[in-house]
Order: sequence, then C-alpha cells, then structure tokens
Amino acid sequence: MNLSWLMPESVSTFGPALDNLYYVILWITGIVFVVTEVVLVYFIIKYRHKEGRKATYIEGSSKAEWIWTSATAVIVMALAIYSKGIWDTIRHPDMFPENAYELNVTAKQYEWNAAYAGSDGQLGTSDDIVSRNQVHVPVDQPVIVNLQSEDVIHSFFLPQLRVKHDAVPGRVWPIWFEATQTGEFPLACAELCGLGHYRMGGTLIVHSKEDFDIWLSEMQIEAEDDE
Amino acid sequence: MSSAISMGDSHSEDHHHLGFIRTYIFSTDHKMIAKQFLVTSLLFLAIGGILAAMIRWQLGFPGQPLPFNLGAILPNTMAPGGIILPEFYNSLVTMHATFMVFFALMPLMAGVFGNLLIPLQIGADDMAFPRLNMLSFWITPVAGAVMLASFFVEGGAAGAGWTSYAPLSTSGEWTGVYMGQILWLVSLIILGFSSITGALNYVTTVIAMRAPGMTWFRIPLATWSLFITAWLLLLAIPILTGGLILLLFDQTIGTAFFRPEGSGEPLMWQHIFWFFGHPEVYILILPAMGFVSEVIANRSRKPVFGYHSMVVALVAIAFLGWIVWGHHMFQSGMNPFLGMSFMATTVVIAVPSAIKTFNWLGTLWKGDIHFDTPLLHAVSFVALFVVGGLSGIFLASAPVDIYLHDTYFIVAHLHYVLVGGSLFGIFAGITFWYPKIFGRMMNETLGKIHWTVSFITYNLAFFPMHNLGVQGMMRRIYDPNQYEFLQSLQSTNTFISKSVFVFAGIQIIFAINFLWSMKKGKKSGDNPWDSNGLEWTCPSPPPHGNFAEVPIVYRGPYEYSHPDREQDFWPQDEAPVDDLDGPEYTDPNESTESNDE
Ligand code: HEM
Ligand SMILES: [Cu+2]
Ligand SMILES: [Cu+2]
Repeated sequence: MNLSWLMPESVSTFGPALDNLYYVILWITGIVFVVTEVVLVYFIIKYRHKEGRKATYIEGSSKAEWIWTSATAVIVMALAIYSKGIWDTIRHPDMFPENAYELNVTAKQYEWNAAYAGSDGQLGTSDDIVSRNQVHVPVDQPVIVNLQSEDVIHSFFLPQLRVKHDAVPGRVWPIWFEATQTGEFPLACAELCGLGHYRMGGTLIVHSKEDFDIWLSEMQIEAEDDE
Repeated sequence: MSSAISMGDSHSEDHHHLGFIRTYIFSTDHKMIAKQFLVTSLLFLAIGGILAAMIRWQLGFPGQPLPFNLGAILPNTMAPGGIILPEFYNSLVTMHATFMVFFALMPLMAGVFGNLLIPLQIGADDMAFPRLNMLSFWITPVAGAVMLASFFVEGGAAGAGWTSYAPLSTSGEWTGVYMGQILWLVSLIILGFSSITGALNYVTTVIAMRAPGMTWFRIPLATWSLFITAWLLLLAIPILTGGLILLLFDQTIGTAFFRPEGSGEPLMWQHIFWFFGHPEVYILILPAMGFVSEVIANRSRKPVFGYHSMVVALVAIAFLGWIVWGHHMFQSGMNPFLGMSFMATTVVIAVPSAIKTFNWLGTLWKGDIHFDTPLLHAVSFVALFVVGGLSGIFLASAPVDIYLHDTYFIVAHLHYVLVGGSLFGIFAGITFWYPKIFGRMMNETLGKIHWTVSFITYNLAFFPMHNLGVQGMMRRIYDPNQYEFLQSLQSTNTFISKSVFVFAGIQIIFAINFLWSMKKGKKSGDNPWDSNGLEWTCPSPPPHGNFAEVPIVYRGPYEYSHPDREQDFWPQDEAPVDDLDGPEYTDPNESTESNDE
C-alpha cells in the first residue's frame, strides 16, 4: 500500500515552489492535527467520570478565545500571502514568459489534440501539425498551451508538472509551464466528461531542444507528403 | 406576530380524536413529521450506502463481477455479467452523492432535528405553520420516487456528477443519458420546495414562538444552528432551483443558458451551483455542530465553553459562506485576481471553524465525562472534523489546489466533513434524543459496538484517500489502472474498499438497535441525561401540544455543575427559590436585536 504524503517528483520550473508550499502546509496542519487530537484524547481520559468527581463550572474565557482566534487568523493569512506569490508566478497574466513556445491543445470526448505551428510558423492555419494524445514540448523552454474544448469541459492534468486547468468549450484559456527534464510524463483528464472520462489519458513528451526541432520538421515533411 | 398565537389551547381539544391517517400519515404534529423524516431519510441513507458499496467494488476489484451474484439482478445496461459498465459507474457516483446530500443528510439535519428540536427547545407547542410542515415532508417521497425512477428509464440515471457541470449535463448527446438527467433536475426542483417550506417554518417558529424568558442568548446551540441553517436554506435553495430550471430548459427546449452554442456560458452554471453549493455544505454540517455542542456539554456536565463565541462563529460562518464559492473554481478558468479574493475569504472562514473546535475542547476540559454512545459520537465528530478542516487548508491554497483539485484528496476532504462530521454528528443526535422521540433508551452495548467498529473502519477507509490524492489519483474515474502511474495504488484502493464494506455492514447493528429499542428498550423517563433543555421537561415522547403549560425560562441551557447547587444540572425552567419578585424574563419579541452583540 502506498500511504505516502510526499508529492511525486516534479519536473516543472514552478513545481518545487508549489511543493514547498504544500510541505509547509503539511507541517503546519500536521502539527495542529497531532496537538488537537492528543489534547482531545488526553482530556477525555483525564476527565472521565469517576465516583465523586464534579465538573468545574467554567463558562469560557475571552482571553483564550482571543488567543486562538488571532493565532489561527495569523497562520491562515500568512499561508494565503505565501500562496499568492506562487499563484501569481503560475497564473498572473504579466508573469507569462516572453520567449515561450506556443501550441494549442483541444480536448474532445475522449482525446487530446495538440496543434503546433507548421512551416508558416503560425498557429491556427491549415498547415498546423496535429498530434493525438501526445503533447510534444521542448525542455527548458517555457511553453504556452492554449486550452480549448470541442464539446464538454475536460481538465488538462499533468501531475508531474503540477499543471491542471479546465478546457472549457467556447473559450480559449492559455496556461504555461516549463519542463525541466526530458522524458515521457502522464497526461490525464481530471474533470468528469462522460463515460470514457477514465481513459482520456495521454502523454507529455519532453524533448531536448534539438530533438524537438527534428520531431517538428519530420512531422512537417510527413504532413506535406500527405497532401 | 406574538408568541400567543399558537400557545392557545385549540390543540389539546381535538388531538385525541385524530384517526390513524391524521396521526401517522398526514400528521401536522412536528414530532410525527420528524419521525417520518427520520424513517425516510435513513432509508435513503441506506440506498446511498448501497450505491457507494458498488462504487467501491469497482475501484477495489476493477472489472470483476459483483459478488453474491448481484449481477443477476442488474440489467445488462448497468452491469452485464455483473461487471459494472463505465456509464453505470458514472450514474453510481452521481446518484450516490445526490441521495446522500439531498435525500439523507439534509433531511436528517433539518427535517428530523429541525422539526423535533426547535419547538421543544424553545418551549412552543408546534411549528408556526403545521400544515406547511406536513407539506414539507410529503414533498420528499415524491421527489425521491422521481429520483429513484430515473434508474429505470432508458439511458439510466443521471451521470454528470452531483455537480452536473454544463455542458455535459445539458444534453444526452454527451452522456447517453436523456430522461435520467431530466428526472434528476425535476426531482431536485421538487425537493427544493420541501427545504424552503421547512426553512420558512423554522425561521418563523424561532423568531415568533419562543416561550417567555427564552431570550436569544438562552437558546440551546442545537436550535441556534438549526435557525442559522434555516436561513441558509431559505436563501440558497432558490438559487439552486433557479439554476436547475435554466438547465432543464437547456435540456428540453433548446435554450442555451449554459451551452456554448448560441452564446451560452458553461461557467455560469458553476457560479450558480457553487453560490448555492458552498452555503449548502454548511447546511450539511452546522446542525451537527449544534448537536455535538449539546451532547458534549451535557455528557461532560459542564457549560459549553464560550457559548457566545459559538453563536458568533455560527453567524460568521453563515455570512462568510456566501463569498467563498469560487474556491471550487480555482482551475475552471477564472481571472487570477478573482482567484486570490476567493482564497482570502476561504482562509478567513477557517477561523470560525477553528474557534468552534477549540471551544469543544474547552468544554471537555475539567469536565466529568460520561462515555455514553452519544458522547463517543460527539467526540468523534470533533476528532474527524479537525481532519476535514485541516485538509480544507490545503485546498484553500489556490496553488496547492492546482495539484489536488479533482483528485481523491477532495474526496477525502469532503468525506471527513460529511461522514466524519455530519454523519457522526447525526449519530450523536439520534442516540441522544432517541429517548425523547420514542420514550425508550437505545441499547448501550450495541451502541458501543456500532461506534467502535464504525470509527475504526471509517478512518481505515477514508484516511488513505488523502494519500491517493497526493499520488495524483483523479476522482470519478471508473478504472484508475488505465493510467500507468496509478497502477501502484490498486492495493490501497482494495484496502479502502474492504474497509468501506465493513463500515457499511456494521450499520446493520445500528439499524437493529434502532428498531429493537423502539419496542424493547429500557423506559427512559422524561430526562434520562439529566439535561437542562426544555425538551426534557415534557414527557417522552411528548404529547400533542408538548407542554402541559407554557414553560417559563429563567436561565441559559448549559448550567451544569453550578457551584451553588447540589445537583449537577439546572433546568432552564426551574424557578429560582429566592425569586420573590416573580419570574425574571425578557419578552422574546423585544430582544430580537440582541443577536448582533
Ligand atoms: C475549514 C474550512 C474549510 C475549507 C477551508 C474548505 C475548503 C474547500 C475547498 C477549497 C474546496 C474545493 C476543492 C476543489 O474542488 O479543488 C472544498 C471542497 C469541498 N468541501 Fe470544503 N472546506 C472547508 C470545510 C468544509 C466543510 C465544513 C464542509 C461540509 C460540511 C465542506 C465540504 C466540501 C465539499 C462537499 C467539497 C467538494 C465539493 C465537490 O467538488 O464535490 N468543506 N473545500
Ligand atoms: Cu474527462
Ligand atoms: Cu466550498
């Protein structure tokens, strides 16, 4: 049985920051969890009914209320501020990288179609190259994915890149990430999208820059041959 | 409206002559209605449980035929050869949540305890609008029948999730479910009227029918939480109903409110659903918080620690609950600035939850704790709600939610608050007030067996779901093994399923105890727990009209172990011995402002 609380290995630039935040929350909540449960168990054992015991009449303590209210408030606010920094890195429109490689991912029941600019260097033209259930990206370069859907809502989930965003029909939603390792990583659909939802998987293939260019030109040649 | 309107004696004259039908079926007596809700919602709880067991069968033993030759009962459109189909799996997930949320937990909270406790705890003879109350009950079996019927129509029951995200839910084109989805919508639209009429009654009754001396800050926390819940119901349910009607139009007459064709907006559905949905999750837990406060104070023989803070926290949750809905939509496509405001409000709502937890601990502190079944369930509520609240913090952090959203971590979170919290709270409530409902005690031995096995197997089943989520397993997937990276989680899933089966099975002990004690349980007397509340001053079960004469309230509900008294409790209506100036009480209608203290 896998009962680990450790996040799986991350392979994106913002992955470590997000994981750190997760571990900070894990520590804080872990300590609060242990302390409250221990106090709870201690109280019910220590103050269990015994012959002759009378409870102490205590209606409360405004000092205690102030302490635990403000302590909780400070901790959660601090976590929110910490979270904001990372959220902004990932989602703030001004933080989207400049030199990104851009591609479109269009979801439909039950597949992912990635489209890359063809020989004209433009996305959304007739010579776009399309790969089904495979998303090819270069390593160490930011990538912008324009998420769209043809039918219902799907969710583009790259667990090891710490990427998840819904593909909503009628909208184009850009997200970005930068892979730090070459290799193949799972792509999953995280939003219930119909009876084939469970098998709407795919692969993210991270190439070295050279390999990526080679792959792209091979695909272009293949596409031209088909015509 | 004055408290005199139904304090009159019109009731006592005719109730002896009511026939069987008016007494047991079309009853207007709040206690009978509570019993009716109790029986029907426990049945729906069982149905929801059976659906859950089938979900867990598929996840624990994917692709294997259902045991005990169950496949023979199910048609080929659901489980040919006993093997659950993916489309049936989606219906199971959807209908499990729908039955549990709308037909089990909500009526158990508001329908059962709202009806039972509100009039009894505030010293009223019935609800403000008894006939509306009867209607509120009778709507539920109708809605339930429509919902159940949807399993048997062509295409099967709804399979778009209990959240029914558009456009998946807008057309059978996407799911293969046409009629089933329409019946789902119709059933919930009908059911909404039950909640609204019920809530109207609860709100009015608490405001207008409190016994003399029952000031706002002498109201027991169970009634306080039911009162706040009633407000949430009254305001949130119409929003859901509106959304459901628009979705029904999209389904049936080709409108495009939520469909992208024709400029509809799928995300609008999510906003409407969660604007209802977040207040809804508090509807599902605030009453349980109230029951737990009562049980812990009573069984620790101590006043509730920080009674005023408890009330303020309830009210704070009720307000903040309206401005956090976007935390369900962090990854749906929202302006990142908006995401941050929802993160801020969400962490703030964790504060009143923490306040309540610390106050429960404070109540136990230096108490004289009696380990009866209600106390065990109430303490379990606290222990498990802590877990659910803390997992909420992970999800409140929008960046962490990028990873955890729509994984089993969410499933763990919501089951810690809704089963560990709400359901254990309901068990605390049922075992505590059972003697008042039926006049007999439940069996302690059976109660303790049920609690022990439930508590252990509950945790074995649901705690590892956090780990599944952290490992990236998505929710609502029929067969995780489709993904290579999830295959190593199969043994955890099998373990969880086995624990769920034991957890579900042991509920039979509860059912046996519940039924057996009704006839054979020890006679309880009026006040078996030496409690202070007004409900314990009338006979068990209380007669029609409840109180022989209108009670007068002299003090708050938690005067346990008062140093000036020999006895360790002090009923709310016991006249002070040295009170020469006559009863000291405030007119309830003049004290309405005091709740914003
Ligand atoms: C400490 C307070 C809490 C916080 C900070 C919190 C936070 C959250 C967040 C952020 C989500 C959305 C996660 C996602 O879908 O990615 C969520 C989901 C959920 N929460 Fe909570 N929560 C808290 C308490 C509660 C309580 C008390 C209940 C119910 C009694 C509850 C019931 C739910 C449910 C049912 C869902 C899942 C809904 C669904 O997608 O099906 N939560 N919670
Ligand atoms: Cu999907
Ligand atoms: Cu919420």
